[in-house]
Amino acid sequence: MGHPILNLVAQRIALGCLLLLMASVLIFIGTQILPGDIAQSILGQSATPEAVANLRKDLGLNDPAYVRYFTWLSGVLQGDLGVALSNGKPIAQAVGQRLSNTLFLAGWAALISVPLAVLLGLLAVQYKNRWPDKLISGVTLTTISLPEFFLGYLLIFFISVQLRWFPSVAIINDSMSLGQKLNTIALPVAVLVLVVLAQMMRMTRAAILNVMQSAYIETAELKGITPFQVIRKHAFPNAIAPIINVIMLNLAYLVVGVVIVEVVFAYPGMGQYLVDHVSKRDVPVVQACALIFASVYISLNIVADIVSIVANPRLRHPK
Amino acid sequence: MSQEMNYLAKLAVEGKLGRRAFLGKAAALGASTAVATSLLSGTALAAGPKKGGHLKAGLAGGESTNSLDPATFLTQVPADFGRMWGDTLVEVSRIGEIVFRLAESIEPSADAKTWHFTIRKGVKFHNGKTLTATDVLKTMERHSGDDTKSGALGIMRGIESMKADGDVFSVTLTTANADLPYLMSDYHLIIQPDGGMDAPDAGIGTGPYKVTVNEPGVRHVGERFEDYWDAGNRGHADTVEIVVLNDATARTAALQGGQVHMINRVEPKIADLLERVPGVSVKSVSGRGHYVFLMHCNTAPFDNNDLRLALKYAIDREEMVDKILRGYGSVGNDMPINGGYPLFSEDIPQRTFDPDKASFHYKKSGHSGPITLQTAATAFSGAVDAAQLFQQSAAKCGITLDVKREPDDGYWTEVWNKQPFSASYWGGSRPVQDQMYSTAYKSDADWNDTRFFRPDFDKLLLAARAELDQAKRVGLYREMGLMVHNEGGVIVPMFNDFINAVSDTVAGWEDDPSGESMNGFALAKTWLA
Repeated sequence: MGHPILNLVAQRIALGCLLLLMASVLIFIGTQILPGDIAQSILGQSATPEAVANLRKDLGLNDPAYVRYFTWLSGVLQGDLGVALSNGKPIAQAVGQRLSNTLFLAGWAALISVPLAVLLGLLAVQYKNRWPDKLISGVTLTTISLPEFFLGYLLIFFISVQLRWFPSVAIINDSMSLGQKLNTIALPVAVLVLVVLAQMMRMTRAAILNVMQSAYIETAELKGITPFQVIRKHAFPNAIAPIINVIMLNLAYLVVGVVIVEVVFAYPGMGQYLVDHVSKRDVPVVQACALIFASVYISLNIVADIVSIVANPRLRHPK
Repeated sequence: MSQEMNYLAKLAVEGKLGRRAFLGKAAALGASTAVATSLLSGTALAAGPKKGGHLKAGLAGGESTNSLDPATFLTQVPADFGRMWGDTLVEVSRIGEIVFRLAESIEPSADAKTWHFTIRKGVKFHNGKTLTATDVLKTMERHSGDDTKSGALGIMRGIESMKADGDVFSVTLTTANADLPYLMSDYHLIIQPDGGMDAPDAGIGTGPYKVTVNEPGVRHVGERFEDYWDAGNRGHADTVEIVVLNDATARTAALQGGQVHMINRVEPKIADLLERVPGVSVKSVSGRGHYVFLMHCNTAPFDNNDLRLALKYAIDREEMVDKILRGYGSVGNDMPINGGYPLFSEDIPQRTFDPDKASFHYKKSGHSGPITLQTAATAFSGAVDAAQLFQQSAAKCGITLDVKREPDDGYWTEVWNKQPFSASYWGGSRPVQDQMYSTAYKSDADWNDTRFFRPDFDKLLLAARAELDQAKRVGLYREMGLMVHNEGGVIVPMFNDFINAVSDTVAGWEDDPSGESMNGFALAKTWLA
């Protein structure tokens, strides 16, 4: 047997893969029990019986479910997500564009919110129960308490309509420069930052305060190093596991849970894409999106697990 | 004063005087802003279209599932974008007349069974090919073939045979139809090279704009087609863009923030507020679209005409127009036809809220106990509130309505046209009475959503369809309207207006009762002043 950490990490990854496989079964079952007829939903209110019959035949809805599941799974494993029922285009191409948009938005939101949350958390610990701590907690808890769409509308009203600093329509495209893109997504990024900030900040604060009770912190203080150094060198490394867990949960949210922000700002991300296809019963697309969301969620959680394991000195240096 | 005003307006239109400066000077001459603005746009219209610029619309009604294949058009955005890149044989004008587009002239046979469309010469497709009658034939064949999924199949079904001969495309019908040209104006029937047989979603047409960006559910961009055959009248902006904004607040904000020049589907409740925003005007036009409560005439308890009449008298139409449409609409009269249709008879008496008559018919029907009305937010804008108003007014007549709110998802497949009493709407895209009645009131219609099975009605419908004498047709349609009004299963509380909002930088706007956004032509027909 190798190093215990390697074992643990390998175990986590294997578990993750198993989980993903189970998720794929659930996704497939879920899409099969959606109410309503697929052909009818694609054609909508103006469907004629002939058109519905023709479409049903084309979609091959007559094979048994398990056959369709394995056909789909083997396709996915070979990187073939299939063809969208509603417009006959390959899914991988459309999803790829949407996914990169979602990651672009989530990435910038994370890039700003994670360091900011940790920094604010550290500041809050530093000034525990004094006004900076109370101000930070108050503001972040206020922004997390407001619904996302309301925050979005507030920003649109004041920043976009009144001041005209940033656009309210956050549609980006490939012909834009990075600067133009950032200008375009400024408002949705701001909303997302405000939404995810509080939880990460509070967890940083709580975890570090917890560690601050320990005897070795007292020792460090007695050595005479500055309070901020105590936090940075002694408290933070030992508090990192719970903080990483919360950060990863929030990152996962930024990727899979932002459909409302996408709608408010008309941002062309995965959420809106998924919702459109659910309402059209475009099953292959729904399956593909759900699988991507599941893999993002599971892999971010694996990363959180692994970081916690690696950050744990007892596991890193076994007796 | 008026001469001076006209002179100032001319200067402003030519760009020698700023808009604000013009309004200021006009105010000094004693004209209100409204008068001055309308004078300005009138002068702009008279001065003729200005070429250039990037014209942008923020529209509701697009999804990432949309395709450029006209056969699949269902919602507003792909249909409106189709108006940019394609043309139909004919169009229906603002006053309900046929406008010749890709067809140069139309010649019916005496019995209205065979129709000859002479195809316009020298029209070019975006791929450089020249339009021929064969392209038209192939297009029509694609929409009417046995295996088609086209939304236009319903109107193509009465066709017995079609042929192309030289410049002439001919259609022979199974039964005579005096309205055939109107049917050819359907937005699905965009003429594509070779009928779009090999590449239905290529987006190649004869329209004023070539497709440059097609991101379904996000945005569509067109670039002016230099060889457009009707360049004097359409395609003024260099490029046009539709951004899909399904969220009503996002649309309004985008217009106010100056990111788009026009938006559709302004909610009645904010139309008044938007009217007060400087630089924006609200364009509302009454059309043929209407909201309905549908009763199945063959299902108890609605198979009793007295109960149907009781419910028709138990609804307060004026209140609905006031509260649901905020005045942006007009009362309905329990038939799908209003003054927006040609050959309409104005003299059919208006049914009003009448508790006495309602309870009289209710008692006569012998029914007792609550009646379930199914509704959903998607049925029409304000459908849940409207159902509750209906419940209140019915209660005053001693009729108990149970309002059951259904989820939007699946409403059109599980409730509408399935359940015996539900809320719905008709979009009003059908320009003639025959088409409206054939779609939803003929016994064998696909969407006979009131289960109105009346052979005598069908007979009248076919007679009116084949009748070329307009006076006689008016009489036939009057009789049919009365039948639906008195014995049908449809309750029509209101006809809704189409409400757009447009930036004052846009000139050339003309209201069109056939549909919102100038029946989809707004981007092609307006220009940036």
